[in-house]
Amino acid sequence: MEATTVAKTGTEGKIWGGGEQPLKASYGKLMMWFFISSDALTFSGFLAAYGFTRFKYINEWPIADEVFNHFPFLHGVDAPMYYVALMTFILILSSVTMVLAVDAGHQMNKNKVTTYMALTILGGIIFLSAQAWEWKNFIQGEYGAVQTKSGRIIQFVDADGERVALDDFASAAPVTRTKHIENKGVWFRGEDGYNPLSIEDVKTGFAANPNLRVRTMEIVSPGEKEILNRENSLTKLNTSGVNVVEGANMKENEYGAPLFGDFFFFITGFHGFHVLSGVIILIIVFFNVLVGTYEKRGSYEMVEKVGLYWHFVDLVWVFVFTFFYLV
Amino acid sequence: MAHDTTHGEHSGAKKRIWQVFIILSVLTIVEVVLGIFKPDFLVYNDLVSLTLLNWIFIILTIVKAYYIVWAFMHMEHETASLRRVVVWTAVFLISYLIAILLIEGDYIHDIYENSYMTWDF
Repeated sequence: MEATTVAKTGTEGKIWGGGEQPLKASYGKLMMWFFISSDALTFSGFLAAYGFTRFKYINEWPIADEVFNHFPFLHGVDAPMYYVALMTFILILSSVTMVLAVDAGHQMNKNKVTTYMALTILGGIIFLSAQAWEWKNFIQGEYGAVQTKSGRIIQFVDADGERVALDDFASAAPVTRTKHIENKGVWFRGEDGYNPLSIEDVKTGFAANPNLRVRTMEIVSPGEKEILNRENSLTKLNTSGVNVVEGANMKENEYGAPLFGDFFFFITGFHGFHVLSGVIILIIVFFNVLVGTYEKRGSYEMVEKVGLYWHFVDLVWVFVFTFFYLV
Repeated sequence: MAHDTTHGEHSGAKKRIWQVFIILSVLTIVEVVLGIFKPDFLVYNDLVSLTLLNWIFIILTIVKAYYIVWAFMHMEHETASLRRVVVWTAVFLISYLIAILLIEGDYIHDIYENSYMTWDF
């Protein structure tokens, strides 16, 4: 009777006979590792593409310390690195609370798991808000610049090499502009994104201020960009300046190579999206902890799995931090 | 007796977490301090076409990645085969990807630099 119900394969007890768990990890954890491996390759692809573009424009890439130098409540103070260092620290700290939650899960200590997970979620939300502020500064820009015919950027400095904002010297060129309004056009609904500062204003203002110089994107020695003398500055601006650029968008940015802005938006945005989905998954698991799902299940492995994901997000940030802000 | 052992293991795990946290923080602080002061001898000296400062940043980053994966993601407690499946795959594929893209980027830079009249107009 028994022989008919179970087919013998003759491999029982052999290592390849099935039923073995050589990796000694549950299905769910293994799949999380699979996901993390593939996601790690995705992020490596992005960062390697960033490296490719940077090597391509190695002599004209923006200097990170000049771009990311804001700190909350310190307006106008040049504070490079401090803010991202703080963001990094927040993310590392939330990783610590996450691993403490996993540890408490091993002890089946529901209260501690709850507390540590709440702290982790808080850390994630603070990080996301910090990133939003970083994006705001990046998009808004600070000094403004002029785009040349070749699509490159020139910036403005005074005789001492200090950066000067466009608004501080551009004076209105004699141009008359009639504003188009709704009742004068059939299909017209309103104007969007009109920049009152034109290239002519910049040229006029620049000619009127003899102590201004043009700073090109070319890096002449580590951390230093080329500054033209007064004559060359005038020629440069008047012959090749075509467009005023303030702040950053997907097409152009005042910091330098357009791809710099694109990579910034894409890589930090994709990482931020991971943090956001991490926070959402953490919140779901947090409520499951609260209602005692894992207590009933007898194991807090789900906390461990979301923990793996959360640490991975931290891991990616460590690399983004290095390659965007340090190197 | 059994209770004592688990308790010992538990506090050991906790100790490890805080130890790793301190290591990660110190490494980050070192990176930030170097990034702010940029000592001249690290900026102006190259090793295999990369400044010493950048070598330090990259090596410290890999050390941090090691601690995150080994301690926080519990890789040190997994079986050797799981560890190899994840780490070797990533390390070999990423090294290949980076090498090929950076070499190509450098080549295109040389073309811009040497095969055109000007890089800017």
